[in-house]
Amino acid sequence: MTTTMAKAKAKGGGNLELLVASTIGVLTAAGIYLVLRLRTFPVIIGISLLTYAVNVFLFATGRLVVNLPPVLRDGVDTYTDPLPQALVLTAIVISFGMTAVVVMLALGAYLASRTDGVNLPAADADEEAGE
Amino acid sequence: MNHWVIVPIVLPATMAAILVLSMRHHPTLERVFSVATCAVLVAVCTGLMALAASGTIDVYELGNWPAPFGIVLVLDRLSALMIVLTAVLALAVLLYAIGSGWDQRGRHFHALFQFQLMGIFGAFLTGDAFNLFVFFEVLLIASYGLMIHGGGRRRLRAGVQYVVYNLLGSTLFLFALGTLYAVTGTLNMADLAERISAIPADDSALLRVGAILLLLVFAIKAALLPLHFWLPETYAEAPAPVAALFAVMTKVGAYAILRMYTLVFGPELGATSDMIGPLIMGAALVTLAVGMVGILGARRLGRLAAFAAIGSMGTLLIGLSVFTHQSTVAALYYTIHSSLAGALLFLVVDLVREQRGTAGDLQEPAPPMAQQGLLAALFFGAAIAVAGMPPLSGFVGKLLVLDAVRETTHVWVIWSTILVTSLVAMLGFAQAGSVVFWKTAPEPEDTPVLEDAAAEAVTAPQPPVLPVVATFGLLFTVVALSVLAGPVTGYLEATADQLYAPEGYIMAVIGQR
Repeated sequence: MTTTMAKAKAKGGGNLELLVASTIGVLTAAGIYLVLRLRTFPVIIGISLLTYAVNVFLFATGRLVVNLPPVLRDGVDTYTDPLPQALVLTAIVISFGMTAVVVMLALGAYLASRTDGVNLPAADADEEAGE
Repeated sequence: MNHWVIVPIVLPATMAAILVLSMRHHPTLERVFSVATCAVLVAVCTGLMALAASGTIDVYELGNWPAPFGIVLVLDRLSALMIVLTAVLALAVLLYAIGSGWDQRGRHFHALFQFQLMGIFGAFLTGDAFNLFVFFEVLLIASYGLMIHGGGRRRLRAGVQYVVYNLLGSTLFLFALGTLYAVTGTLNMADLAERISAIPADDSALLRVGAILLLLVFAIKAALLPLHFWLPETYAEAPAPVAALFAVMTKVGAYAILRMYTLVFGPELGATSDMIGPLIMGAALVTLAVGMVGILGARRLGRLAAFAAIGSMGTLLIGLSVFTHQSTVAALYYTIHSSLAGALLFLVVDLVREQRGTAGDLQEPAPPMAQQGLLAALFFGAAIAVAGMPPLSGFVGKLLVLDAVRETTHVWVIWSTILVTSLVAMLGFAQAGSVVFWKTAPEPEDTPVLEDAAAEAVTAPQPPVLPVVATFGLLFTVVALSVLAGPVTGYLEATADQLYAPEGYIMAVIGQR
């Protein structure tokens, strides 16, 4: 692992790490801000931003290296960790499915109640409207 | 390699696909196959439990990949106990759903139910942290569908909150796993345990961040305060059989805490042991207090049952947070009890709600209902079980927890919280029961006076038999758990032995190094 890190440093990895770290930070901050909104659309966008942030974060957990193959072959002595890439792929598929579900659900809730607020009204206010 | 270990995951997965692809237009066939699957699952899980009870740890390597590289399923005493609990509960809940007609109020109930079971069984059996995440997602995505089963505007909006909350939890889970992977370079739980114990204590900052992030994720699942906000609305609005099945879903969080913080971040690990236990303990005490006060304050029986679920998680996690042999036995016993009793309460509340017509589950006087005595008796039984009064298993469980925390430093705080909140819960149940069952309002005056018999038939249809049978079945399991407390704690003692000697687990998974 130390050799790959040294190699990354040699290729100017410091800038790369700053860039990736700030990307994750900005995406997360924006995502959290949007999730705290009161309407479903910004909340869903916020969740999407958070999943992008976590995908980049997962990708970075195998250390950042540039121009290295993910598999060991003859003549290759350093490589990039392939496992985080597989994890990210799984995470992308799952978050894609989940986003689709939440979009459909939010749409259904909007069409049923004609409001896209995230908050629920107090139990009694809903009573006269009936089920 | 014992192939039976994977059956609880593969069987519901296959059956769900078959149900949705070829039987979706045949309600009777769906019901028959769904119940048959659950019955087979009970048999298989009981068999696996008998296997695990001997103390062997069965490891199933998927695709025959050796352990730290491939995904493994691990069957030890704890996993076996949890899958049997799930299978039994699922069978009772499914019978109730069929008998009450809940399964026909929306589409694909049975397929979603099977997928949900697949996720829960997978989460209990897996020996890989990332695979645990995947199974969490499987059980969650099925639970989203089940939660909004039957529709209704309030249920849909509660569903949106539930999904959003859990998506945030999933994101947090990925951050936690990423942090752990960055520190250790592995996600296999046994391998994680080995590598983490080799990390020097003064180099463990990132590791501790990972441990706390992971704890937050499991706390969301276990509805530990202050991360419980998804639970009351979800459980109160979800269809009753689904809420009853969800009673075991909070236990997935408790199970994950127990597994991770005995195996991976064990009590001997200097870096984390001093912060995990006290954190859980503090939050659990508040959880218990809020849950029980919620029982007293609830104006609807559905919310009452939801807060009872929160309160029972509080008691459970108090036992869990001490991380000693005795406290783990207590927590596990309380896990079994609170899953069964919590589910029972949701089902009873639904029976009452169906009988009361327009009054629903509001805690207000309403016209008398059919079979009032039977329902009142069931409610009484469920209330005794949940509040933890003798002679049912809640009392035994609470006694075990009280006894297990005797050696801790804050024993008086814990004892007084548990005892006072028990009183509060009793008051809450007594108040709810007396209003719903004893105070009957006259028929509203503006309704035209019908013939007596006809009026009876309109306002109070006889409840069908199967739901009552399923509910009594659950009550019977609670009684059995109290009567057989001796043998059960014997098994749990052995389970705790296995949990606090993780070398056996690690050896079984990755073998000799």
